[in-house]
Amino acid sequence: MKGYLGVDVGSVSTNLVLMDEDLAVRADVYTRTQGQPIAAVQRGMDELVAQFDRSWDIAGVGATGSARYLTGVVVGADTVKNEITAHAVAALHTVPDVRTVLEIGGQDSKIILLRDGVVTDFAMNTVCAAGTGSFLDHQAQRLGIPIEEFGTYALRSEKGAQIAGRCGVFAESDMIHKQQMGYATEDIIMGLCESLVRNYLNNLAKGKTISAPIVFQGGVAANAGMKRAFEAALGTEVIIPPHHHVMGALGSAILAKEHVERTGRETAFKGFETSQLEYRTSSFHCKGCANNCEIAKIEVEGEVLARFGSRCGKWDVDSAESKRSMEPVFVVD
Amino acid sequence: MKLTTPHMGTVEYLLTDLFARLGVDYMPPPPTTQKTLRLGLQHGPEFACLPLKLTLGNLIEGLDEGADATLMVGGCGPCRFGYYADIQRRIIKGLGYDYEAIVLEPPAHDFRQFVATLKHIAPDKSYRDIWNAFKTGFRKAQAYDRVDRAAIETRCYETERGATDRVREQAQALLAKTWSHHEVIEAETAALRLFDEMPRRDVTPLRISLVGEFYLLLEPFINFDIERYLGERGVWLERSVYLTDWIGPGTKNPVGGHPDEEVARFAAPYLEYRVGGEGQATVGHTVMARLHGHDGVIQLLPFTCMPDTIAKAILPTVSEREDIPVLTLIVDEQTGKAGVHTRLEAFLDLLVSRRRARAAASA
Repeated sequence: MKGYLGVDVGSVSTNLVLMDEDLAVRADVYTRTQGQPIAAVQRGMDELVAQFDRSWDIAGVGATGSARYLTGVVVGADTVKNEITAHAVAALHTVPDVRTVLEIGGQDSKIILLRDGVVTDFAMNTVCAAGTGSFLDHQAQRLGIPIEEFGTYALRSEKGAQIAGRCGVFAESDMIHKQQMGYATEDIIMGLCESLVRNYLNNLAKGKTISAPIVFQGGVAANAGMKRAFEAALGTEVIIPPHHHVMGALGSAILAKEHVERTGRETAFKGFETSQLEYRTSSFHCKGCANNCEIAKIEVEGEVLARFGSRCGKWDVDSAESKRSMEPVFVVD
Repeated sequence: MKLTTPHMGTVEYLLTDLFARLGVDYMPPPPTTQKTLRLGLQHGPEFACLPLKLTLGNLIEGLDEGADATLMVGGCGPCRFGYYADIQRRIIKGLGYDYEAIVLEPPAHDFRQFVATLKHIAPDKSYRDIWNAFKTGFRKAQAYDRVDRAAIETRCYETERGATDRVREQAQALLAKTWSHHEVIEAETAALRLFDEMPRRDVTPLRISLVGEFYLLLEPFINFDIERYLGERGVWLERSVYLTDWIGPGTKNPVGGHPDEEVARFAAPYLEYRVGGEGQATVGHTVMARLHGHDGVIQLLPFTCMPDTIAKAILPTVSEREDIPVLTLIVDEQTGKAGVHTRLEAFLDLLVSRRRARAAASA
């Protein structure tokens, strides 16, 4: 059977999706990146293959996430797209008339506005990671609660405690203060969710019109407390898609399918065996001119696969992979 | 006197030429690098904008290379930039450097003071010599600006990556050789012809208007080389400000093509006052973008920049009413290139799908 692969390598998690020709998710993997994107992709591929009960003929592969270029070279991607576009595509597929996408991932959060199936505006958090998955993770650890149960705790609360959510550091000291005062853990957790939602709406969504249908996705969407807080603040239902945690990967699989069908090209996929290969990455400064570009190099079994980062292009490897994934040219016909 | 100045886009071409005419010993500082930024961060006030920090780093590096005098522009309007020359003098003197700090008022602001400063730098030249040197030097700088404009309007069509950069270098080499007013004008025509003669791809490119704070728009080191990045991805660009339009005594902006009054008129329904810096111009150019058939607008500003922060607060309304997508990029030393590229890529995707949706609707 024909399948399409989507790989989303972010700062915190690496997600893979196997999608069939009808855009249905047939297998998915959510694993930690742990600062080693290549190893995470290889591990993810192994885990994905273990979920198959039949052989799939991979017809297209898409890469996204902050490590998309590196990933594109390793797996042999047909499309390399930014995570904003990938998330919007997946949300549109799940809820065709979606008008707002709230996405909170490991270290970044985004808001995407769509009208009539076209992205019209977006924003992404900049220097502050308060309210993202890493922060919630850290707080769960501090409270001694598994992150998976964070939402259940929040739902048991009748009224959230007031927590200052403007800054992660202050939110944490405020939570400690509330604990010392004897507030119930449930109320503190719900209060944290409420303050993070307030922070998200006041910063990221500032000046933007949020209208329904609203889709909430990303790892943090698993937290029922966050859903409840968003619904209370927005006064409307917030839809959490079934594959909310791997929407970026799903979006990139859809983009890969569209690309392969449009161009009629054979996929560049290198096969699941890449998980067995040994990759080496390194970097150096080019001394060719005053630009002093930092070049990242990636090698497999002694062969240079790609070099990124030179302005003039003199270090570019003339291979199909690097050409395909390095230079997305936006030409409108 | 051995004079150095900070980098700022193409200002070096103007100053090299002008000081050669005036017989001033001029030495540009070493190219702006991470080291320059480090120096600026170390010695500059934290909440000042990135332009202060980078130009401070330039001046220190220029002095370290042997200059004994610095020239920094003052400024017009209530933007903090006007104070930077003095703040930098205090910081650098405080570090123990012994040198002369000269402040040059832009001719647009105070022409008399401008000429007096040049007279101070070149005391053995007559006012007539200085006027002639400035007139020709300025005209030559305009030619450099026109070459830059041609480059951002051509790069999207190039058939081979880097072709526009090579032509730009050839064009600049033609200009560098000129001396007389007449030669400058002839070389300008020849330089611009080089762009016209380049082989072109047959495409209808996306069109983006770059607006925002002056220094950020002009200096590739801190704007992530945005013009080249977008141009290589096939985007035709308009830039709201050019060096000679900004410092020139007139308000007609002959290089950019849109006089101050015109821009202010378009801004007026949203922002009636000059709020310093490029605040009003940012709003005006965003309003004009749709009328000029552009697909989108990108606003660049340094973190803590007051005038463009005011504009930023107004742009969502402009974007909605004028139906023009706007992407705002705020830059400081923490801003990562990867994050900027992700946003730019997504913005291009947004513009492409809008184009497609429109084409489908009209078909």
